[in-house]
Amino acid sequence: MNRVAAPRFFRLCGLLAAIALGSMGQSALATDVTGAGSSFVYPLLSQWSSDYASATGTRINYTSIGSGAGIAQIKAATIDFGASDKPLPSAELAQFGLAQFPIVIGGVVPVVNIEGVGPGDLRLDGDTLARIFLGTITQWNDPAIVALNPGRKLGADPISVVHRSDGSGTTFNFVNYLTKTSEAWRSKVGEGTSVQWPVGVGGKGNEGVAAYVKQIKNSIGYVELEYALKTNMSYTAMKNHAGNFVLPGLESFGAAAASANWADAKDFDLIITDAPGAQAWPIAASVFVIVYRQPKDAARSKAAFEFFRWALEQGQARAKELNYVALPKPLVQSIEKYWASEIK
Amino acid sequence: MDTPYPANPVVAARPAGGAVLSIDDERIKARAAAETRQDAGFRWLLFAAAGIVLLILGAAAVSMLWGGRQAFETFGWRFIVSDEWDAVGHQFGAFVPIYGTLVSSAIAMTIAIPVSFGIALFLTEIAPTWLRGPIGAAIELLAGIPSIIYGMWGLFSFVPFMAANVLPWVNRNLGEMPWIGPLFRGPPLGIGMLTAGIVLGIMVIPFISSVMRDVFQTVPASLKESAYALGSTTWEVVWNVVLPYTRSAVVGGIFLGLGRALGETMAVTFVLGNAHQLSASLLMPGNSIAATIANEFTEADSDIYLSSLIALGFLLFVVTFIVLAIARLMLYNLARKEGR
Repeated sequence: MNRVAAPRFFRLCGLLAAIALGSMGQSALATDVTGAGSSFVYPLLSQWSSDYASATGTRINYTSIGSGAGIAQIKAATIDFGASDKPLPSAELAQFGLAQFPIVIGGVVPVVNIEGVGPGDLRLDGDTLARIFLGTITQWNDPAIVALNPGRKLGADPISVVHRSDGSGTTFNFVNYLTKTSEAWRSKVGEGTSVQWPVGVGGKGNEGVAAYVKQIKNSIGYVELEYALKTNMSYTAMKNHAGNFVLPGLESFGAAAASANWADAKDFDLIITDAPGAQAWPIAASVFVIVYRQPKDAARSKAAFEFFRWALEQGQARAKELNYVALPKPLVQSIEKYWASEIK
Repeated sequence: MDTPYPANPVVAARPAGGAVLSIDDERIKARAAAETRQDAGFRWLLFAAAGIVLLILGAAAVSMLWGGRQAFETFGWRFIVSDEWDAVGHQFGAFVPIYGTLVSSAIAMTIAIPVSFGIALFLTEIAPTWLRGPIGAAIELLAGIPSIIYGMWGLFSFVPFMAANVLPWVNRNLGEMPWIGPLFRGPPLGIGMLTAGIVLGIMVIPFISSVMRDVFQTVPASLKESAYALGSTTWEVVWNVVLPYTRSAVVGGIFLGLGRALGETMAVTFVLGNAHQLSASLLMPGNSIAATIANEFTEADSDIYLSSLIALGFLLFVVTFIVLAIARLMLYNLARKEGR
């Protein structure tokens, strides 16, 4: 029995070894680029990565570990690029010899679960939203909400607030907007990837918040647009900086990116919430890629930048399909100028 | 050599005399020495196995204490008694997670202990023999379900059920009672301490009941039969014979379940609400140590934040240790009262 099986076993080993060697040879030929960070950009980056691999043979390995962890990894130089929903300040970038630029735009939308209220039906503004999340507005028929929604019948139901329980770039952009529009929020809570929420329950991840909002009647939460659309949730219309009510969507996110003042932002350190554009969605967010100014491995860095160039110039159509917003043309040009001047 | 069995030392030794005996004697001695060596080796192996447990325990405690030293140094005692958890202002206190961990586990044990008793006693005392196998297997299968499955079931099935059917009733009836009223008053979100405690209770039932069943089976039939012969009821046999005989093992089983409830992460995260708020009501969301760590570890963006989370891990260790120490003390006192 053994004597019969042995040659077969060795043959199998040989075959496996050949396969292993073959695949090793293949991966050694192409330069692999590794990145990690923002989970928001993961669906797009993995799509880009497969498109790019079939076009050029270069593979981009991206791990979705969260923005904070992505920043920590790039600082430790274990990856070729990090991706974060929150820009690093210029001084911090300089300290670690890093550079950053936006790669794609997305947006955060408030979602509600109120009987009879569909997507886009409820209108809110920044100050009201902040007061709801502060717990000072406790019922849906509060005068502040009623004033924004003339003609809509809202009951005296208590509001249940849902927020993220984990630290996240989504939270960062959301509370950054509240900080900009509400003095009370700025002084009591402030901004960060996780904050001390005065009220509410915490769900883990966008899917956790979405699940909680769906479970709890008369609740309000915030998720990325993709999740709101995918799970058919009732997002709200928001009053923007220009005073217009806008619906979340690719156009209003794009308007926010286009109207933001990128020219004065050193290292693109700009958060595009509360953007001035007439049609701008007030809680738009950009995802930033963080790289080394002086790359440790020139070949891999070159491959990474070829990929980013391809992503900015040819990958943006794919971004639109996945509900991400392409960067405005002038911004792409200034990013390419930034590469030429800043990256060795 | 006239014996046909030279290999057998006893048979060989008798007719042939001293020479053969001495050869076999040496063989026996050599074998005995080898066995002694083997036995010593085995002893060391066992020591090493037990040592690994202590080593892992000690290493985990020390590394968490070391990782959390910044939090302990910065906040001192305030870290344990403060209910503040502010990642923006870098103020961290562990009181809310500690409270949530203890309360949700207490609710879980209140449910799990009586039910497990019932299951174990039914299986060993009352159930017909053909039923014991299937129910026993079912319990062991329940113990194998991953906790995230309990969490998802809790969130998608049990939470709406609690919010629609149970909590309004609790609010109306228990919420109006004196003393315990504040515990049961609050918006019927469905997510909160009570729900988390119940889900946890369901999760630990298989652990406690399977241990209890195993130890109840070790009670000698003669003891039980004697008691029955004296005219005891089933309850009297259980209370006066089975339980005293198995008490320390039963308590051990309960604390195995409690240990699991204290450290449970995924299922709790789903239904507890993950809010750093202190509330008297069991219907309100809270937080637990394990859930806080699981939720916030990846995005802990400052050293003191990370250190505080590791310090939380150390506190979970300490809490578990204290609870187990209390259990040991209780057992010791019980044993002393009996004069054993």
